[in-house]
Amino acid sequence: MTASRAAWCFISPALLVIGVFFLLPAAASLLLSLTDFDLYALADPANLRWVGFANYLELLQRPLFWQALGNTLYFVVVGVPVSMGVSLLAAVLLQDSAARCRAFFRTALFAPVVTTVVAVAVIWRYLFHTRYGWINHVLAGVGIDPVDWLGDPHWAMPTLILFAVWKNFGYNMIILLAGLQAIPADLYEAARIDGANRWQQFRHITLPSLQPMLMMVAILTTAGYFQLFAEPYVITEGGPVQSTLSVLYLMFEEGFKWWNLGMASAVAFSLFALMLFVTLILTRLFRSRHE
Amino acid sequence: MSVPVSRSDWAGVLVNGALVGFAVASLAPLVWMLSVSFMPAGEASSLPPPLLPSAPTLDNYRLLFSRMGIGSYALNSLLIALLVTLLSLLFNTLAGYAFAKLTFHGRERLFQSLLGALVIPAQVAMMPLFLLLKEMGLVNSIGGVVVPAMASVFGIFLVRQYTRGIPDELLEAARIDGAGEFRIFWQIVLPLLKPVLVTLATFTFLGSWNDFMWPLIVLSDSGLHTLPVALSNLAREHVQDSELMMAGAVLTVLPVLLLFLALQRYYLQGLLLGSVKG
Amino acid sequence: MNRLLQRCLLWVILLSILVPGCSRLDQPAAGTTLRFWAMGREAEAVAALIPEFERRHPGVRVALQQLPWTAAHAKLLTAYASDALPDVLQLGNTWVPEFAMLNALLPLEVRATRSATVVQQDYFAGIWATNVVDGTLYGVPWYVDTRLLFYRRDLLRKAGFDHPPQSWDEWLTMQAAIKAQVGEQAYAVLLPLNEFEPLLALSLQQAEPLLREGGRYGNFRHPDLQRSLAFYARMFELGYAPRASNTQIANPWTEFGRGYFSFYISGPWNIAEFQQRLPPELQSAWMTAPLPGPDGPGASIAGGSSLVISRQSAQPDLAWRLIEYLSEPAVQRAFHQRVGDMPPRRSSWDTSSLADDVYAQAFRDQLERAKPPPAVPEWERIATEMRLVGELLVHGKLDVAGAADELDRRTDRILEKRRWMLQNGSLASPVMEERP
Repeated sequence: MTASRAAWCFISPALLVIGVFFLLPAAASLLLSLTDFDLYALADPANLRWVGFANYLELLQRPLFWQALGNTLYFVVVGVPVSMGVSLLAAVLLQDSAARCRAFFRTALFAPVVTTVVAVAVIWRYLFHTRYGWINHVLAGVGIDPVDWLGDPHWAMPTLILFAVWKNFGYNMIILLAGLQAIPADLYEAARIDGANRWQQFRHITLPSLQPMLMMVAILTTAGYFQLFAEPYVITEGGPVQSTLSVLYLMFEEGFKWWNLGMASAVAFSLFALMLFVTLILTRLFRSRHE
Repeated sequence: MSVPVSRSDWAGVLVNGALVGFAVASLAPLVWMLSVSFMPAGEASSLPPPLLPSAPTLDNYRLLFSRMGIGSYALNSLLIALLVTLLSLLFNTLAGYAFAKLTFHGRERLFQSLLGALVIPAQVAMMPLFLLLKEMGLVNSIGGVVVPAMASVFGIFLVRQYTRGIPDELLEAARIDGAGEFRIFWQIVLPLLKPVLVTLATFTFLGSWNDFMWPLIVLSDSGLHTLPVALSNLAREHVQDSELMMAGAVLTVLPVLLLFLALQRYYLQGLLLGSVKG
Repeated sequence: MNRLLQRCLLWVILLSILVPGCSRLDQPAAGTTLRFWAMGREAEAVAALIPEFERRHPGVRVALQQLPWTAAHAKLLTAYASDALPDVLQLGNTWVPEFAMLNALLPLEVRATRSATVVQQDYFAGIWATNVVDGTLYGVPWYVDTRLLFYRRDLLRKAGFDHPPQSWDEWLTMQAAIKAQVGEQAYAVLLPLNEFEPLLALSLQQAEPLLREGGRYGNFRHPDLQRSLAFYARMFELGYAPRASNTQIANPWTEFGRGYFSFYISGPWNIAEFQQRLPPELQSAWMTAPLPGPDGPGASIAGGSSLVISRQSAQPDLAWRLIEYLSEPAVQRAFHQRVGDMPPRRSSWDTSSLADDVYAQAFRDQLERAKPPPAVPEWERIATEMRLVGELLVHGKLDVAGAADELDRRTDRILEKRRWMLQNGSLASPVMEERP
């Protein structure tokens, strides 16, 4: 048995699973998006029509799609920088020489990451309840009127962003922490001797050294945030006034609520195309900054 | 270089104070969840919102186990997570090792294309996958959740990264001695991979336990529901029973939190390994 | 090479046992199990009636599963797509045309004709008719449902009125008086934004149908239907109704008791709920009344649920026996007592408890003016759009004319496939007829 033959034996189970249960359906999804598969077609395949790009065209003309797109972009554009900022701050704090009980803090700050989205989303819904939630209670204590966090279209998405940041910042924090630990201490020593203060050290040593890592974290976080679904599904059900409807939620509703699989596939592929586009731009952007 | 004592004190207070603030923000919702789960029904919806239960009770948990059957949901979650972890561990390790140490035609190109597949969001494949599983008779069954998760590009990547650290001479020596490829894998490589196996197992178990969207779609029969799916159903049906919901949330979150605490070293290690490109 | 191949084969075999084995792990145990899906409070109530059925049919176990109403429609469709529908299921009567079109339901014509328990003449004709699609019977009405006005008559009396509103204008006047009484922090009426029923009820009160040309196009632009939209929006504009959904009110029953709102459009199941959840001193403070209409007592939704048998059921006869059991007048009375839903057959009404039930009077009155929504398979989708556009209207994102246009646009788009199929002849005749 040659090593080559053995290798194929080794990789075939995994490749088979990935190929059959992921790549094949993904390709099929493209085909599906070119039809008008719906409930009628589910009942009787004879009711299926080939429509070419009509689904995509219709999507582009549907205000709800643009609303979902806008919501998702809002979530990404605000959420990613905030999330990364918080992660970076937490990592810097943990790395600081003055920090104590590092292991405890690291664990505590990471804990939200491993929790189940559904469970903590339920908690969030109660914490932000307009009348009985703790957040409004605390705000009332400092004299601010109660905010209708989940019922006011202006506040619903920020609340979800806050939720996503809270839940995920620990993940990037760990990665950035590793990056910070890899920066040689003598760089900072040299800068301090030259008279640079902390902020200058941060700007001129920390940030540039972290550049590649920041880029990777940014891309991964962006890709992840584009796939916003569980949070609006559990907390707001896409409302109020569909201000938290994300593209993936739209796909879920079209596909598994109304069984318009053709349209749902078109939504999924549009999201994929968008994510690819944005990721490429981000990569280009970071690469040119790096040079 | 000497620093004035008061400045380092001030820095210490600031840094540790900020860290305490972060920790409070991270843990407070979870602690509150625990607290509310012990409150009698209706207490959480009163003004001012209470922080601690006035008369701690296990009623909510009792109700969940007796009337809502949360025990079976937990068992479903456990069964699925265990199956997925064991099977994917096997498949991913085999493949990861092969990509790292066994030469074959087109190895690098194949691996690169697999990495490319990471870009495709899982949701794109969901609907045709549903139809495919329906044809195979796996919809509305445990298999429908387990089978598509039996291998993952991330898992293969992780194992490959780690395996590359194993010296080739070790494997060559074994080959010269006449050992077959599978023998080498099973007896020599696998023991060396223990750390990454634990890491991958932790990752996979946590991921599977917390998985929400796919089980929601595939499992129709409520008897098959996993904890996250059951909890989301309860949250829609019993929206006014916050104490009950919090108890359900505790039961969903506690196992993975404990698992994480026990194995956090491996988990965090794996996180770094997977993120830092080889 | 042989060893390796052997090992590979071993794993393949192992997995091929394990994987399908997983799918079979959750098959029901051997013996006769009848799967029955019901929704919401009805599921909780029917659970108490099941043991008697099992007693009458030894060896039979009824596996009851409860679906939350908010997810029921989607879950049923998913179950249909997975070939996982149960033997017997509860179906909202507006969904019957949809599932009949999907060929998911077993025709019940023959069984009903032969049955001694399910006697067509005993049922209210309009309700029975909602279960007939293209001349075939697909379901047996289980309970009848509509939307009534629940109101705090003590608060109304304090505002100077001793009877419930009889028309929209009178209702608005009463709401104004109550709002003046309760002030800024409370409201006069609760119209939850996550329910389409209030707006639907108000729209059905117009003589104009909601869809035109045999269910091919939306009719919301008609001036009469725009009047309903305007009235709905007005209550929010004037501050009489909070811009909130049910989930944001936390506990509607407690809030009703606290006077947070004095009018509530809801269904008969809440009669039992209010009786259970409100404290004894408030039990005389609330009452039901028929909905006020534009020019007098108004119509309301002829809703309700039916019991249907899935075409895939392996035991249709046993399933039918369960339906017969649940249709017995005595059983229906027991069901009514638990949940407050009204029986769909006259002989079940004929009891002291329902005759004496003061809250049921309004219901019987409303039943005279109950109208079903259009019987098109796409109805659930259109109802959702009504809710969404209603929400936009209430939040001021659209004015009334804009909302009507938008609703028509969305409805027309939803009905596009239907128009194509009617044109092609793939769909028999329009399912929707002019209803009396």
